[in-house]
Amino acid sequence: MDDFIWRALLAGLVVAMVAGPLGTFVVWRRMAYFGDSLSHSALLGIALGILTGVNTTLSLLLVCLGIAVLVVWMESRQQLSHDTLLGIFAHSSLSLGLVALSLIQGLRIDLMAYLFGDILAVTTTELYWIMAGGAAVLMALLMIWRPLLALTVNEDLAQVEGVRVDLMRLLFMLLMALVVAVSIKLVGVLLITSLLIIPAAVARQFARSPEQMALLAALAGGLAVVGGLFVSMQWDTPTGPSIVVVASLLFFLVNLGRASNSAS
Amino acid sequence: MPTNELLLRGSDLSFSRGGQLLLDKVEIAIHRGEIITVIGPNGAGKTTLVRILLGLLKPSQGRVVSESGLKIGYVPQRLQMDPVLPMSVERFLKTAGRFSQQEMIRALQEVGADRVLDCPIYQVSGGELQRIMLARSILRKPDLLILDEPTQGVDLGGQAELYQLISQLRDRYHCGVLMVSHDLHLVMAASDSVLCLNQHVCCSGRPEAISQHPEYLKLIGDSVGPSLAVYSHEHDHSHDIHGNIHTLDESKEEGHG
Repeated sequence: MDDFIWRALLAGLVVAMVAGPLGTFVVWRRMAYFGDSLSHSALLGIALGILTGVNTTLSLLLVCLGIAVLVVWMESRQQLSHDTLLGIFAHSSLSLGLVALSLIQGLRIDLMAYLFGDILAVTTTELYWIMAGGAAVLMALLMIWRPLLALTVNEDLAQVEGVRVDLMRLLFMLLMALVVAVSIKLVGVLLITSLLIIPAAVARQFARSPEQMALLAALAGGLAVVGGLFVSMQWDTPTGPSIVVVASLLFFLVNLGRASNSAS
Repeated sequence: MPTNELLLRGSDLSFSRGGQLLLDKVEIAIHRGEIITVIGPNGAGKTTLVRILLGLLKPSQGRVVSESGLKIGYVPQRLQMDPVLPMSVERFLKTAGRFSQQEMIRALQEVGADRVLDCPIYQVSGGELQRIMLARSILRKPDLLILDEPTQGVDLGGQAELYQLISQLRDRYHCGVLMVSHDLHLVMAASDSVLCLNQHVCCSGRPEAISQHPEYLKLIGDSVGPSLAVYSHEHDHSHDIHGNIHTLDESKEEGHG
């Protein structure tokens, strides 16, 4: 096999290992739409980075975090519901990003790569960044696992018992922004949320404890990456969407299996 | 067995939101070994008061002082456990800290729920969940238990048992207990003192005295005579097949003063 395939495989497995456990919290805390808002705003971050000459990964992180804080702030002052607000943010930041990119003079970028990912084009340097970012997120998640789980059960209870709820919420958003930054090369801004929630949804069918669910989600994500790369090579399909398609297939197969088991 | 050791005191507590006064200069003090019950109609500000005492809400006026190092065991009004989170009762207890299996089994035995140790937490009944919450609280060896409507979703027989259990736990752990209830008659036997709340403190004192207190009788409605009041169950809600409470009419009970 060629080098670029190994790099793609490695990058994909790292992202799956991180997105799986983090995604379980996204599913438990019902934050799928929040993930969409974050990932869609990543494009705006990239555009701003190119415009200002700042490192695009850094500007992406800053914009994601800015959007996260803005959402939380708006929620406390608005009468609109959570999902309406998030919908507005997701689509307006995506559109703003597209408009900003089109305004940059003389820029020729592969927009499709940002929207749907281009994992086969991962360079060695990018691979190192993905590994470093992934390791950082995974370690941080391990460190805040217990308090984060406590506040997922009940925020009031966690706060009375000494968990710093606001800090944990902020850290969690930071981790999500990091995962978006790390996985953008893999599946693009439009599909990142699927890497967070589909493996977790697959894992829920088998898990008996929160920790099991996190590990199984990482495993399911890994399977989707391997399967997606294989499909993409075999039939020359776009890699990012192929990974998501395989993940979805896993989800439906698992649910079909469950349904027929409980029926008999 | 109330003592003189002051655990928590709220002085001059007022709270308003959107121009509406929800609490008006409330005074409350909880001592070790004492069970205080806050009663009052829907919308009287009971939960607001509890949230202020827990430090979850900042009062608009007044302050809360607690004994240094005070450890609070809190049982929220209604814990919703989502089946999307796979969690056994044992794992749930562990979210309160690190405990050995023996400690957890003993805590569950004390509340009479040890058979559910391995059950998924989202499948236990309302009454069992409240017992598990109590077990979780005592595992943390609290100085003060704060329970917001601990018998919600529990049938009448179960309610009396639960109050008895709370009283036993107070004796065994020698902690203070603050609970919220909407029904004086059920908590009478288990309370040392009762604080009747309707935005402000209407009256407070020993439960037998409160049940005859004119302010209390005015609050729960003139339709019920004083002699009947002690035995009646205020039906401001109905129970569905699962024992969940549905409020029928919140505006029926009007505040005064």
